[in-house]
Amino acid sequence: MATEIKMPALSPTMEEGTLTRWLVKEGDEVASGDILAEIETDKATMEFEAVDEGTIGAIMVPEGTQNVKVGTVIAVLEGDDSEAPAQAGASKEKSPPAEAPASAGAQAPPEPEIARDEKPAPAPSADAPQGGATSTMTVREALRDAMAEEMRADPRVFVMGEEVAQYQGAYKVTQGLLEEFGDTRVIDTPITEYGFAGIGTGAAMGGLRPIVEFMTFNFAMQAIDHIVNSAAKTHYMSGGQMRCPVVFRGPNGAASRVGAQHSQNYAPWYASVPGLVVIAPYSADDAKGLLKAAIRSEDPVVFLENELVYGRSFEVPEGDDHIVPIGKARVVREGRDVTIVTYSIGVGISLEAAQALAGEGIEAEVIDLRTLRPLDREAILASLAKTNRMVVAEEGWPTCSIASEVIALCMEQGFDDLDAPVMRVCNEDVPLPYAANLEKAALIDAARIAEAVRKVCYRT
Amino acid sequence: MPRAAQPKSAKPKQAEAEAASDPDFELRSLQTAHAKSPRYKATRDELIGFYEQMLLIRRFEEKAGQLYGLGLIGGFCHLYIGQEAVAVGLQSALDQERDSVITGYRDHGHMLAYGLDPKIIMAELTGRQAGISKGKGGSMHMFSTEKRFYGGHGIVGAQVPLGAGLAFAHKYRGDGGVCIAYFGDGAANQGQVYETFNMASLWKLPIIFVVEDNQYAMGTASKRSSAETHFHRRGTAFRIPGMDVNGMDVLEVRQAAELALAHVRGGNGPVLMELNTYRYRGHSMSDPAKYRTRAEVDDVREHNDPIERAKKELIELGESEESLKALDKRIRGVVGEAADFAESSPEPELAELYTDVLVERG
Repeated sequence: MATEIKMPALSPTMEEGTLTRWLVKEGDEVASGDILAEIETDKATMEFEAVDEGTIGAIMVPEGTQNVKVGTVIAVLEGDDSEAPAQAGASKEKSPPAEAPASAGAQAPPEPEIARDEKPAPAPSADAPQGGATSTMTVREALRDAMAEEMRADPRVFVMGEEVAQYQGAYKVTQGLLEEFGDTRVIDTPITEYGFAGIGTGAAMGGLRPIVEFMTFNFAMQAIDHIVNSAAKTHYMSGGQMRCPVVFRGPNGAASRVGAQHSQNYAPWYASVPGLVVIAPYSADDAKGLLKAAIRSEDPVVFLENELVYGRSFEVPEGDDHIVPIGKARVVREGRDVTIVTYSIGVGISLEAAQALAGEGIEAEVIDLRTLRPLDREAILASLAKTNRMVVAEEGWPTCSIASEVIALCMEQGFDDLDAPVMRVCNEDVPLPYAANLEKAALIDAARIAEAVRKVCYRT
Repeated sequence: MPRAAQPKSAKPKQAEAEAASDPDFELRSLQTAHAKSPRYKATRDELIGFYEQMLLIRRFEEKAGQLYGLGLIGGFCHLYIGQEAVAVGLQSALDQERDSVITGYRDHGHMLAYGLDPKIIMAELTGRQAGISKGKGGSMHMFSTEKRFYGGHGIVGAQVPLGAGLAFAHKYRGDGGVCIAYFGDGAANQGQVYETFNMASLWKLPIIFVVEDNQYAMGTASKRSSAETHFHRRGTAFRIPGMDVNGMDVLEVRQAAELALAHVRGGNGPVLMELNTYRYRGHSMSDPAKYRTRAEVDDVREHNDPIERAKKELIELGESEESLKALDKRIRGVVGEAADFAESSPEPELAELYTDVLVERG
């Protein structure tokens, strides 16, 4: 009896991957648990095991094939109930462990994978040298390059966190750093957020430039005392004597189907704290330029990334000197009729909405805040003065949100420019559910943003 | 009866026997060495120096208590009276050119032991521009990066991982420095302390954890809050050697500090010292003191006071009563001047409200 072996989904959102290497060939007998192949996603290389015993009948997809869709038949297994178990040992010898990939990533458990969605790209950054050479890279690569460049330039810079070194980063953001900088500067910590956030903060007080990675900001709740009480307030409490140039970074916000405790946007929490700089970039060029600025900053920075954006590709200026100034918003799409203010993953969704609205004759200006504290009030008010209508789109809860803050600003300082009440489009005011349909219903999307825009434009 | 007079490990003889057959005996090696020769052989001049520093702390704190009563000091104010030998004994063993210190909110004594000007400390207590934090920190939040004194932290236990971060920086730079992180018997029950023990030992950080066991976490006696009141044993699970030290004897503290420093400077990782001491005053100025008797406090004062002990030894060494009286008078003068300065200095300019929030923007 023949069984089809299909390209596996290594995470809930993986859609395709590269079949890096076959570890068996046609005619090999395999037992359950034998490693058949290595499959690479943009996050990790993983080994794919046989679940049945039998003989490899035919290999349908040769090794090295890229973009193999999940579910594609990659081989056929001929069933052979009586002989297979006895041959299992021999089969293993054919794939000696020495040939297995050295990367610790090979043992990576499945992590939520990024869907490669085709989002409308933002306009080139005003900060980018116009006409300069660029290269296409993912947000993940841009963040890694930012850290590597700053580590090369300044020996005080080091990175610490869970799985940042040997594992190459739980989300592969620190990939390759251990190899280049060694284990004195790329430091695996125990699972002990409160403790290592405190050690990172203390090291900054002692004159170093730590980058503290949280596997996700959900876990930073255990460490928030050091971020708020130790890092943010020390400069003020010491009358300007003691600095704390630390960067706390990691993914923030909803990922994909990971449930309420792993899906939360902490931007409004940190942005409410004087003494912190809070950055939440969207594109790879901003991610790189702002992370470099954050590492160079004398102030403590909370740098909020987004797991779903890690795999998206953007044009990034080449060279080591691409710095994006902290505290400056970016007009990612110009428009005359309405302003959509947003940040992080909300930028992609807002651009999608703006594209749809353009078909209806509404030209939306999209502003990526990029830095949430200090907030670029001038940019928000200037755009409001131009369009007189505003929607704030935020992948996060509505109550006491960045959206609330932007709306308050428009009331206090832009009231005379308003032709309609400012509306906010945020996630539903509930813990994020697991079920696919409920999760989708809870999160912001382009349709909701477009609907709010029509309302403030009185087009409904 | 407080245990301060008697190091705890000296009590059960069977512990010694167990230690000998314990494969982890090296965790007790520092304590064993300390027990053999517990007291520092100070010269008369050195002992006068310690005495003077302890007396300065006591007089300073007494004055701070008075100023608090007059409404000149606000908020929380935690006095160090009774614990003076701990800060003085330990600080005296440090290399001030490279070692760093961090503590909690009971920090005035540590700063004075580090040689900081009493005027700018008192001016901080009264919230004046001339204070060490420009009046923006207060009693619990004082720092001197110049003296490598990193605070002054108001959240119980937070200074422990922060201290390990300072130690991490010493090791990273290879500057040979050691960090001393002080915390109380109350803070010793915070989870982050043990997260830090684990990493400090794992990474062999140059740090000395000093538990100042003053017997009470606010109003809760150690034995009512701690399953293991022998705090120096609490590093065992992390392979950190412990030392049980009489914190009411400045010479014993100094001797123990030298052993601990030599161990840490030798690249052997952290040491956990338990300093048994006693706080005469309340936890803070607003302490009703219902949790202990007056007799208990008086008993320590009478039989176990660190300053009286040093004074007695000085007299035995030939120091005259007159010269000690003159010294006391001089210190009262210094403290009086500090108080006058702190009272007469102007409050911060209103513009200070908005400075020092961020380094780069404001």
